[in-house]
Amino acid sequence: MGVEGIGAKVLRKEDRRFITGRGRYVDDMSVPGMKYAAFVRSPHAHAKITGIDTSSAEGMPGVIGILNGQQLQGDGIGNLICGWAVSSKDGTPMKMGAWPALAVGTVRHVGQAVAIVVAETQLQARDAAEAVMVDYEELPVVTTAVDALKEGAPQLHPEAPGNLIFDWELGDKAATDAAFSKAAHVTKIHIHNNRLVPNPMEPRAALGHYDPAEDHYTCWTTSQNPHVARLVMSAFYNVAPEHKLRVIAPDVGGGFGSKIYIYPEEIVCLWASKRTGVPVKWTSDRSEAFLTDAHGRDHETDVELALDADNKILGLRVGTIANLGAYMSLFSSSVPTYLYATLLSGQYDIPAIHANVKTVYTNTVPVDAYRGAGRPEATYVVERTMETAARELGISPAEFRRKNFIRSFPHQTPVIMAYDAGDFDATLNAGMEAADVAGFEARREEAKSRGKLRGLGMSCYIEACGIAPSKAVGSLGAGVGLWESAEVRVNPVGTIEILTGSHSHGQGHETTFAQLVAERFGLPVDNVQIVHGDTDKVQFGMGTYGSRSGAVGMSAIVKALDKVEAKAKKIAAHVLEADEGDIVIENGEVKVAGTDKKLGWHEVCLGAYTAHNLPDGMEPGLKEGAFYDPTNFTFPAGCYICEVEVDPETGTTEIIQFVAADDFGRVINPMIVEGQVHGGLAQGIGQALLEGTHYDDAGQLLTASYMDYAMPRAWDLPNFKVSTNETLCPGNPLGMKGCGEAGAIGSPPAVINAITDAIGNNDLTMPATPEKVWKALNAVA
Amino acid sequence: MTDVTITVNGREMKGSVEDRTLLVQFLRGNLGLTGTHVGCDTSQCGACVVHVDGKAVKSCTMLAVQASGSSVTTIEGLASGADLHPVQAAFREHHGLQCGYCTPGMIMTAVDMIQRHGSSLDEETVREELDGNICRCTGYHNIVKAILSAAGASQPQSIAAE
Ligand code: FES
Ligand code: FES
Repeated sequence: MGVEGIGAKVLRKEDRRFITGRGRYVDDMSVPGMKYAAFVRSPHAHAKITGIDTSSAEGMPGVIGILNGQQLQGDGIGNLICGWAVSSKDGTPMKMGAWPALAVGTVRHVGQAVAIVVAETQLQARDAAEAVMVDYEELPVVTTAVDALKEGAPQLHPEAPGNLIFDWELGDKAATDAAFSKAAHVTKIHIHNNRLVPNPMEPRAALGHYDPAEDHYTCWTTSQNPHVARLVMSAFYNVAPEHKLRVIAPDVGGGFGSKIYIYPEEIVCLWASKRTGVPVKWTSDRSEAFLTDAHGRDHETDVELALDADNKILGLRVGTIANLGAYMSLFSSSVPTYLYATLLSGQYDIPAIHANVKTVYTNTVPVDAYRGAGRPEATYVVERTMETAARELGISPAEFRRKNFIRSFPHQTPVIMAYDAGDFDATLNAGMEAADVAGFEARREEAKSRGKLRGLGMSCYIEACGIAPSKAVGSLGAGVGLWESAEVRVNPVGTIEILTGSHSHGQGHETTFAQLVAERFGLPVDNVQIVHGDTDKVQFGMGTYGSRSGAVGMSAIVKALDKVEAKAKKIAAHVLEADEGDIVIENGEVKVAGTDKKLGWHEVCLGAYTAHNLPDGMEPGLKEGAFYDPTNFTFPAGCYICEVEVDPETGTTEIIQFVAADDFGRVINPMIVEGQVHGGLAQGIGQALLEGTHYDDAGQLLTASYMDYAMPRAWDLPNFKVSTNETLCPGNPLGMKGCGEAGAIGSPPAVINAITDAIGNNDLTMPATPEKVWKALNAVA
Repeated sequence: MTDVTITVNGREMKGSVEDRTLLVQFLRGNLGLTGTHVGCDTSQCGACVVHVDGKAVKSCTMLAVQASGSSVTTIEGLASGADLHPVQAAFREHHGLQCGYCTPGMIMTAVDMIQRHGSSLDEETVREELDGNICRCTGYHNIVKAILSAAGASQPQSIAAE
């Protein structure tokens, strides 16, 4: 490795603009003539719209136009869709209710957009939006999935009787039943996985600009995948033809999944720009974000684990009810199914698994992927159950896990996934050593002497990243392929632009991706520019989510670099009159191995463009593209160990230590990887201790601001002890697995296992607030 | 509409604003200083922190007219020319930012914190004083590290071991 190559801690190239206030986020953009939008939103969770009166609003200062759902439908703008078709176990297709970008007839959650107001200033737009009079006839409301399935529950969509979207299963029911009939011990537990609000710090925003002279549309949007946004808005929503629509996602202030989806607001801003003749910008405020950004998790699950007399796992049975909210968001169907049940084998050799998942409509914000997406839910199920079983049997949780680890690879689980590589003992050992598990009992005693309760909890997670082989996901119902593209453009002076379909919204791609070039050609990362986030520059790409930018996005770059390297070598061999196989490129020089014959990298590049001395028949130029379609998912795994101290007087939990021992395969920039783990841990610990999303019976979101929704603050969190082990992934050229979500996936069960260990009561739900912990403690004390 | 005169990053700026205009709206909208961000509407997140007469202030909690006559420093005015302010440099050195959205507010808060505490800053104080600044990306670990480093304070054992 060079000083800036693979494995080097290279400081981030992108930082300079962010630390000097020169980042460019969507709300920072303006175009000549731009005006501002505000949305009229439903104050009711479920109601019929009986009238919209805009007359007084229209006369207010600065108002340019007010548009509603009927006009939107009249212009042929299509309903929002879910792009992953999942069928019920009896073969019936999922039941998708209509979701117009502006409500027509019925509203189904508080915050649903009903109309858009365009005005000269943002304040004028908001004033006028408040003056739009919408008449509603309230309908009965249901907010929990369990209630929505009951007889007589309020019905949301005529398309989905009983509010059931699908009743899906995975695995072998007969084999699982047979396993349970032989069991020496069965552990049963009910799991509640709390609804979360993603809360990237940059609220969503959209700037739609229709240019009548060119009949062309531009949309600046806070997106993790601008090309997908362009495709969906043109092919499915009919907003603009694809070749006349440019989507730009500039600097984006965090996403965590919530900026994958194409939301009503960007569709409506683009359409409204054409309708009103002015560029239209909308910026969400935080209250709107709570009411409209797709939420995450929200599962109720019953689990049963069957063990033989030797404590080996025989089978696992899981029944989950997943709340998808009022409408099916873009990938909502895949999260509680193919991203969840496929990971229920965890790190363990489980011969038989059966999972049943029911997805349900309720009068709440739509639920979709949030950091981890299905895999945190699966890990929470598996790791809470493993810990519970070990406690019931009175055996060491670590040894119980170890006894059931998968040790030979590839390993085919009963739930689709074929694990390609891993070393679960290695991360368990690393975690236990870093956490000084051996010394824990002494620390517990010491805490006791101070009147405090210490607990230790672990979680051995596995997840699936790098989503995914297009053919495989296609056969499972995905509406898109999940490859990635890259283009490497070498300039005549030898500097390089890499165009990628991945999108960075905090992940540091501008640095990590440049390190591949440093590694390959020995060029400084400063000579490399990463271009992303603009559909006019990058031809196509699938974007960033599911920790896929390394394993998939960078694999595409590697393929393109292979082609560039091959052509550069051909040119050099021709000029130096050497054999192509003898050419090596290192430290910015192109040399004939074993001789002193060489060219500067820049000389080869210039030669490619002057074309004065190229091999016969070679095209001029040095620019190559590649598409990479992964061959399998990748499987990051690790061991997280949390040590807590509970104050029995108040129920307050303090995290004394948090250890993360991960296996992400090849690490390109350890500083960035550690940062990703830190951030994931903060979100996972936030879920476990702090973040609860509450609706009242009328469907009002009670936790709709930072006064009520407990975001993790600096004082809630410890310093983290993180380390990595590199078991290379055999499925991609760099051996990478992905690191973006692990922290959020592995940490919640470790925290809850630690608290339940401390208080001696296993019956505790997330978020484990002081009140709940105090009650649980006193229920057994 | 009311006329305001505010010295921003050393230059006297004049404007005419609606009385309800927040300082952050004036900075971003009227002056085009988009480095100061808005992350919430309840004065909780700290993305909007600037210095008003040398003190860290959430610019979403102050009206532009209230700031008239004051001297305001934003993130754009912190570095002197090409030289980064030591706190900016420390955030980069210690990877104290990811998406960068909370970063301007974090840095302005940190500068104020260091001015008040100097090298006597410790981890607990930093974490406590970051109460009004939310970051969703970093888990704060590297932000704490960066602030202690910029203050010339010693790192806690759990961090120093890295
Ligand atoms: S925008 Fe000022 S505190 Fe959030
Ligand atoms: S760096 Fe993204 S919110 Fe702090």
